[in-house]
Amino acid sequence: MSSIKCECGHVNPEGTDICQNCGRPLSKEEKEKRLADMRYDGAAIRSMTHKRSIVDKVWNFFSSVKIGVSIIIAILVAAAIGTFLPQVFYVPAANEAQAAQYYEEHYGTFGKIYNALGLSDLYGSWWFMALIGLLGISLVVVSLDRGIPLYKSLKNQRVARHPSFMKRQRLFGEGEVSDPDAAMAKAKQKLMESRYRIREEDGAILAEKGRWSRWGPYVNHVGLIIFLLGVMLRALPGFYVDESMWIREGETLAVKGAPGLFVENKGFSYEVYNKENTDEVFGEAIDRVGTVASKYQTDVALYEQPEDALPGSTEKEFVKDYSIVVNKPLKYEGYSIFQMDFKLDELKSMTFALQNKKDEKSKGELTINLANPEKEYDLGNGSKVQVLDYYPDFNGFEDGEPQSATPVPNNPAFLFKMFTPEKPEGETSFVAIRQTLEPLGENQYRMAFQSAETRNVSGLTIRKDKTLPIIALGGLIFLIGVAQGSYFNHRRFWIRKADDGRLLVAGHTNKNWVALKRELDKATEFAGLPAYHDQRDPEEEIEDHTEGESKA
Amino acid sequence: MSQDREKKRKKRMFVRTAILVVLAAAIIYTIVVNVTATGEIVEEGDMAPDFMLTDMDGNVHKLSDYRGEGVFLNFWGTWCGPCKREMPHMEDMYKEFEEKGVHVLAVNIAESDLKVKSFANTYGLTFPIVIDKTNSVRDAYNIRPLPTTFLVGPDGKVKKIIKQEMTGDQIREYMESIMPS
Repeated sequence: MSSIKCECGHVNPEGTDICQNCGRPLSKEEKEKRLADMRYDGAAIRSMTHKRSIVDKVWNFFSSVKIGVSIIIAILVAAAIGTFLPQVFYVPAANEAQAAQYYEEHYGTFGKIYNALGLSDLYGSWWFMALIGLLGISLVVVSLDRGIPLYKSLKNQRVARHPSFMKRQRLFGEGEVSDPDAAMAKAKQKLMESRYRIREEDGAILAEKGRWSRWGPYVNHVGLIIFLLGVMLRALPGFYVDESMWIREGETLAVKGAPGLFVENKGFSYEVYNKENTDEVFGEAIDRVGTVASKYQTDVALYEQPEDALPGSTEKEFVKDYSIVVNKPLKYEGYSIFQMDFKLDELKSMTFALQNKKDEKSKGELTINLANPEKEYDLGNGSKVQVLDYYPDFNGFEDGEPQSATPVPNNPAFLFKMFTPEKPEGETSFVAIRQTLEPLGENQYRMAFQSAETRNVSGLTIRKDKTLPIIALGGLIFLIGVAQGSYFNHRRFWIRKADDGRLLVAGHTNKNWVALKRELDKATEFAGLPAYHDQRDPEEEIEDHTEGESKA
Repeated sequence: MSQDREKKRKKRMFVRTAILVVLAAAIIYTIVVNVTATGEIVEEGDMAPDFMLTDMDGNVHKLSDYRGEGVFLNFWGTWCGPCKREMPHMEDMYKEFEEKGVHVLAVNIAESDLKVKSFANTYGLTFPIVIDKTNSVRDAYNIRPLPTTFLVGPDGKVKKIIKQEMTGDQIREYMESIMPS
């Protein structure tokens, strides 16, 4: 590493454009420029200075804004391509093989490649995560490489700058003044009124305000990094839960994704607007579609297991009752339980009469709870009915055996044994909906269906997201950085006496030159400073030059 | 002066290496966790989550009580075809391996007592059957397809997870693999 010694005697790090002490141009390119490049106040971008080891090379790679922007573009392009076909969670497939088959069947070779590249599960594909990670590294390195030298340069800046520095500022004026000291005193007074902080040194003034706005981009980057960190944490166990479950009225089930918590469904209600209970607001819609839902509600009781209780243990303590409606989840210990879906009128119980087939006289009725049938129902007077077997979702016979497709009582069937005083040895009957078989010969009695009761099933979604506060904080810091850098400007004026007694005035801002000129106009008029002029090229006039941080 | 510079260079090298290593480690860790995530709560090699369920005869079975011996932990439903086919094989092997220190524990997912009892009678099952009425054990093991079988070794760790129907020979092999030595 070599360093550059300025004429004033100050030693600057290699890569410095403008002497950090007096402001003389140092590099060849800088000397050729008509106006000083004030982007980082002429400080050396760190990475540009050391190019030795592999670490330095990697560092320099990420320090490039061009690389950073390329990564952002790559992410945007990938995200855009990710919208071409439905993502995998919208595809009816239970596993990877089925998903692969689906993409190939529906979208041909393109679909096959699309899926193989991971575009079908974009946010879950390793290379997309890697791109986001690279962006994170780029943000950190770019910020450190530029922010630290800029900070040091501004912190250590000197008041008296060399005339060559001032002449190369965009706003510059020089001229004879009858009483330079008085003019400078008045200028100082005026600038202080405009809330400038003034530093004086050997007949030179530096007036400065809004330096903190220069940190805007770096604050912004810190926000982004916190945001990415929050997203990263989602992958770790315990930070993020998104599950759903079905629960029937009357059931008590473990809350999925929330070990130790249980909910009891005390009742689901579904209300609609109709002609009777609604004023004109929904009138038209009701005419068109019939009904409009007004409320989905699940009344639940929440229970919690003691800390040391094991799964499966029945030990639990009542926590609270709550009515979950859409957008009003039950909240407990970081979990939110939302009303999400429902199924109406699932069979709950069936009532049968034990009937004599001839005279249809009944020996009594029994009601079977379909979720938990009894083994035997005693009807008194010597009559009873045994449930030998139960098929909640009867779907036919296989090798003479009745089958049940699911454990849900969609199509209940029973194998009954009926005992009556006339038939004390019992009669066997297979009863399904609209179907009765008597496998062991003609019976005297039958189970006659009387009525059925139904219940509703409520679909709940369980969410927990511990990363939200982190993501929100990142977003907030990001916005603060944007505001800081956008709505505030860093303005500086340098005023000094030259050796020949003339006064030099120079002004710089990172944006909003109009306001800078207005403030300089006020000071010039009040203090009688030499007239200044704007040295920017006329052809540059059109674009409003602002200093970003695009130094690749 | 040059010593000073050398110091600075070393410090710079150290800081840069540290920052890059920390960032790279965080990113690689995140990617690995995400890509290898199977959505499973319990994976092979993990400790099998302890639980406590009551069988059809009223006996309480606590998984950790079987520590030191193997547990053939089978999740099933009466309506599930493969379960019906493998249960008789499980019964045969249960009789053979029970005294060799491999226990069978069949966890039914929230069906009615009547249905489970009639099933056990139909197939002549004598190994302990417990019913997970609230789904809490199912959730703790994140069971999706039925049948799913966890082979729990004498050390209490999950040796293998089988998510399909097993033949008699396979069951024998699995039970041998978790036999206490």
